[in-house]
Amino acid sequence: MHKSLTVIALCLSAAGMVAPAHAQSSGTLQKIKDTGTITVGHRESSVPFSYLDANQKPVGYAMDLCAKVVDAVKTELKMPNLQVKYQPVTSQNRIPLMQNGTIDLECGSTTNSVARQQQVGFSVAYFITSVRMGVRKDSGINDIGDLDGKPVVTTTGTTSDQLIKENEKGRTINVKNIYGKDHADSFLMVESGRAAAFVMDDILLAGLIASSKNPSAFEIVGPSLRDEPYGVMVRKDDAPFKAIVDKTLVGLMKSSEAEKLYDKWFMKPIPPRNVNLNFPMSPALKAAFENPTDKGVE
Amino acid sequence: MDYHWDWLFFFRETDDGLKYYDWILSGLGWTTLVSLASLAVALALGSALGVMRTTPKRWLVAIGDAYVDVFRNIPLIVQLFMWFFVVPELVPDSIGMWMKQDLPYVVIAVVGLGLYTAARIAEQVKAGINSLSRGQRDAGLALGLTEWQTYRHVRLPMAYRIVLPAMTSEAMNIFKNSAVTYAVGILELYFQYKQIIEKTSQVLEITIVVTLAYFALAFLMNRLLAFVERRTRVPGLIVGGKGGGVP
Repeated sequence: MHKSLTVIALCLSAAGMVAPAHAQSSGTLQKIKDTGTITVGHRESSVPFSYLDANQKPVGYAMDLCAKVVDAVKTELKMPNLQVKYQPVTSQNRIPLMQNGTIDLECGSTTNSVARQQQVGFSVAYFITSVRMGVRKDSGINDIGDLDGKPVVTTTGTTSDQLIKENEKGRTINVKNIYGKDHADSFLMVESGRAAAFVMDDILLAGLIASSKNPSAFEIVGPSLRDEPYGVMVRKDDAPFKAIVDKTLVGLMKSSEAEKLYDKWFMKPIPPRNVNLNFPMSPALKAAFENPTDKGVE
Repeated sequence: MDYHWDWLFFFRETDDGLKYYDWILSGLGWTTLVSLASLAVALALGSALGVMRTTPKRWLVAIGDAYVDVFRNIPLIVQLFMWFFVVPELVPDSIGMWMKQDLPYVVIAVVGLGLYTAARIAEQVKAGINSLSRGQRDAGLALGLTEWQTYRHVRLPMAYRIVLPAMTSEAMNIFKNSAVTYAVGILELYFQYKQIIEKTSQVLEITIVVTLAYFALAFLMNRLLAFVERRTRVPGLIVGGKGGGVP
């Protein structure tokens, strides 16, 4: 009994000990220079931002942007032979892996939020996603008012009832909340009739619809319940490194290069199955390209 | 590691007006409810199946064996998805629609977890009964008891005592396995864990708290059943006089 208590105490104190250790790290650029390596964190299924293609190679809109950032780092450090390592991350482990130094740059679909800024830093936004509703076309749902009394699904991590409440504007809308394990599950709930609508980031809905059995049976409707900026994740309080990332991204946005990359991933067929997302640039994203900002949401 | 520790976030308000610790408590509540309800289903059904598999009737044995083979060889999460996504499509439309829209999800979770665990309980009950010498049954029959009465008054009371330690593991497992029910939309502890990570990114604090919570639940079950084991021990009868696993 005493032994197990000691073990727990040890675990807890070990967890507490790691906090002060960061004092020794002196910036991502120094780390990259010392190790001769930069490690890029990527997602495995965040289509079309960062995912694995048929050859299990990470590709996507965010990966293309990050490749430019890596080029800029090579120039900055005068290390043309800098080694680039790729490390898959998930939405659960991406923040700890950034903090403990496993990855130097995360290129996926990470929302820049004020809560996360307590833990990590973010580049300027390279994408703006809007939370909207994915529905079956034959459901007759066009606006959030139509959801009253209906089951609405969302994936763990968002609270759609909260978003709907914020957007009631004088109406009273009560929905029955249900939760999917992941986006594919949530979409299946709409497909099988368990839920009337899937409240989620519009780009994710577009991806799910495009790769469904019958894409023409679904549509994305309603106003944006909330806009969220995606940013490249870097370590917190690492101004010199963040400056390089931001400068590169802003450069791409000001020239038309970012727009070309957008076209490549959102308006044309993409690997691995040559599906076209047909997702034109939103006014919010156009504004974000004109006035780049790293402001977090909420 | 450059981690921003913030243990006080548990007391901050969430966007639905509750505090984060309320989410954890509500998760704990659902975990306990799903686990205990599933355990009840599993004990009842598992005992029945276990007994069936030791009877002289071939067809009862066959049903019991088939059940255990099916439910023990399919992963729990796949079974839950079967009940949740597949079964409603196989039954007539009106029933399917009722299952999808009106049947509370917790029923599906309890049925899924209960039926899965029943197969494991059945295996243990069978083992317990088979470990008794054949003379026990014969003596019972010779005294004029019916087959069923030998189970009720002679064999089961001993069999349960023999397999109680194994059942304790199963009862602890059910708390841990209940985490899988988040996949069919139960807002239990693991769901809240994921939800809070998404909201606050305080991964380490919440992981430590949830780990300790699961540990506490399973440990409590362990102590509870150790107590039962001690209280039901018959001095001088069967298996090692110590029992209970209490030092």
